[in-house]
Amino acid sequence: MRVYLDNNATTKIDPLVKVKMQPFFEELYGNPNSLHAYGMEVRPHLNEALGAVYDALNIPDEDDVLITSCATESNNSVLKGVFFKHILTNPDKNHIVTTAVEHPSVLETLLFLEEHGVRVTFVDVDENGGVSAQAVKDAVTDQTILISMMWANNETGMIFPVAEVAKFAREKGILFHTDAVQAIGKLPVDLKKVRVDYLTLSAHKFHGPKGIGALYVRKGCELPNLFHGGEQMGGKRAGTLNVPYIVGMGLAIRQAVNHVEVMNTQVRALRDELEDALAKIPDTFIVGPRHMRTPNTILLSIRGVEGEAMLWDLNRAGIAASTGSACASESLHANPVMSAIGQDPELAHTAIRLSLSRFTTLEEVEYTIEVFTKAVERLRSISSTYGYKG
Amino acid sequence: MEIYLDNNATTMVDPKVVEAMVPFFGQMYGNPNSLHKFGTQTHAALTKAVDQVYKALNAADADDVIFTSCATESNNWVLKSVWLDHIMHGHKNHIVVSEVEHPSVLTTCRFLEEQGVKVTYLPVNDQGIVEAHTVKSFITDRTALVSIMWANNETGMIFPIKEIGEICREKGVLFHTDAVQAVGKIPVDLQAVHVDFLSFSAHKFHGPKGIGGLYIRNSQALSPLLHGGEHMGGRRSGTLNVPYIVGMGLAMELATQNMSATSAKIRALRDRLEDALLQLPDVFVVGNRANRTPNTLLISIRGVEGEGMLWDLNNAHIGASTGSACASEDLEANTVMLAIGADSELAHTGIRLSLSRFTTEAEVDAVIDAFKKAVGRLRAISSSYAKVQPTHS
Repeated sequence: MRVYLDNNATTKIDPLVKVKMQPFFEELYGNPNSLHAYGMEVRPHLNEALGAVYDALNIPDEDDVLITSCATESNNSVLKGVFFKHILTNPDKNHIVTTAVEHPSVLETLLFLEEHGVRVTFVDVDENGGVSAQAVKDAVTDQTILISMMWANNETGMIFPVAEVAKFAREKGILFHTDAVQAIGKLPVDLKKVRVDYLTLSAHKFHGPKGIGALYVRKGCELPNLFHGGEQMGGKRAGTLNVPYIVGMGLAIRQAVNHVEVMNTQVRALRDELEDALAKIPDTFIVGPRHMRTPNTILLSIRGVEGEAMLWDLNRAGIAASTGSACASESLHANPVMSAIGQDPELAHTAIRLSLSRFTTLEEVEYTIEVFTKAVERLRSISSTYGYKG
Repeated sequence: MEIYLDNNATTMVDPKVVEAMVPFFGQMYGNPNSLHKFGTQTHAALTKAVDQVYKALNAADADDVIFTSCATESNNWVLKSVWLDHIMHGHKNHIVVSEVEHPSVLTTCRFLEEQGVKVTYLPVNDQGIVEAHTVKSFITDRTALVSIMWANNETGMIFPIKEIGEICREKGVLFHTDAVQAVGKIPVDLQAVHVDFLSFSAHKFHGPKGIGGLYIRNSQALSPLLHGGEHMGGRRSGTLNVPYIVGMGLAMELATQNMSATSAKIRALRDRLEDALLQLPDVFVVGNRANRTPNTLLISIRGVEGEGMLWDLNNAHIGASTGSACASEDLEANTVMLAIGADSELAHTGIRLSLSRFTTEAEVDAVIDAFKKAVGRLRAISSSYAKVQPTHS
């Protein structure tokens, strides 16, 4: 059996999405910016896909959705756009507040901007891996131009207080960006209720293709382009439109939003069953209270078991899991989120993330429990640090 | 019959390329940066794609080829990072480009001008190209970068990249070329010419839309445009678009293998089309055909608005263009035509026909027919074209 429990890294393309994209490679291949029939005939499909994104997130018509090549591009666009438009022109507003556990596309970009004179405060997470709205508010100064805080964390699944911080930012006249990559399709995201200025999303986290994402921009908060060029996207993001993937993302987000309830009932139940079983293994620790997490995610650490070793045992049994963000998985550093929440370094090396999807089955969960339990026993029996009594 | 002669705007994905991509939309969906089998099983295909690209461009092992989401990204990356790395805090303050670059270069340059960068937009000659000595004469000791396209999207004219590359090397100035219209159409050998950065885009050579690349000579430093994870050795972040990377590798291989035979065939069809259209009175083709990409023809027809022509062709199921698709919604005069000194009436009459290796002789003959009829019809109703030829001699 092959079991894929790494859905926070990437997901399988929904078979319906795959079918939907197929005609746009060989038949409907025109450039939508062309005036002839080959170009014009793809436009209704693009409009439908864009409409699906607006519907899925309840976006006001007046606001922009820019299609990008991925969430990394969306995040870079916001942070560098704020730097180009606001910070370079007004050095008195040169401060950005973020959290210590953002995705590398936020953290690395901010480290780069620090080299260019931007001041950044990285707010720490608490012992649950959560961020308190108060800690973010306390970090803000008169010089703060932007707060960037993710909607939910990729490693722990912990949900951050986006609504409260968005409201606060609005009152203070500070721009607010949220990387909602891990929230879409897992939690309700309603942009008429939660008034953010910028929101990042990525199709491949909700069973769409890899290499397409979007950036929501509230009217009045426009930024200079990261990609200057042609007149695609109203001149706000240049580059020939990736028609098959845009069409695919439209259907994928529609499907994802239609399945939010399934995620929060059936998938949550499977996750909880898995979590309950693994929590019975002695000396294991699960990060964050489950009601404060996305319904598909578990991050647990197993004393005496190296995360990498665990990963290999699972892999041999056909189970895909992760020790943390795939973006940094080739470096065998301690899990940065675990370190941030204050676990001792030994435990921080023992973290395993299991992330389910709406395609995960009960049979797969039961198989995983069995394999996982045996792997812990085996690895503890050969561990030099864990006094295992069988 | 539907005939697509707008291959400089975008191309059909080669069916073989679609076939190669399909498994990666299905079972092979892992993130290649993951350590488990779902991730690692994609590595062989990615490695093969990288090898195909290096081979097609004859890049050296010491060079980097970084995958991007499109040539627009590659062009923005070079220009903005040269600004951030060499101009914002340094002595350099100057960039040299041609006035007929793609909008992704020109619009970025206008943005950089707002940030205080000096930009020189070099004129083209009556053939539509920038001459190497012109580039040389505008380089100063404060020039950080020269960016000149390899071949022009509208005219197909090929620029003297080898000579410009040598000049930049002698002067110690970085040299970037947007080779979007060259790769897959004419030989691009990066060990025979000296360029520091080269942009390319898969959808111009029968690969998918939404994937491209940037070649970086000798892995030299250039700050990322997309910061983030450790993808591409930290040079360009973002989860890898595995199906499209695999597709681009194969598309590049297909476009460059047997290139001389394929381009001879395309050139013969293009020349057949061009010769036939040149029999019409008062038409002008831009640029010497020997120095053009083999698939491209930009023709202007006195008395016939380009837009009007486009609609007549469209009604005959022929896809053509008045210029770059990236700017096709504004009905302005063709910028390249203006640059080469055409009067503004003529600049509104440019029609670009661009063929591909899938174009057939039957299609070309049908286009010749439809084109001639359309010119006849449109001139008959033209207010500016004297349709009655002098008969008194």
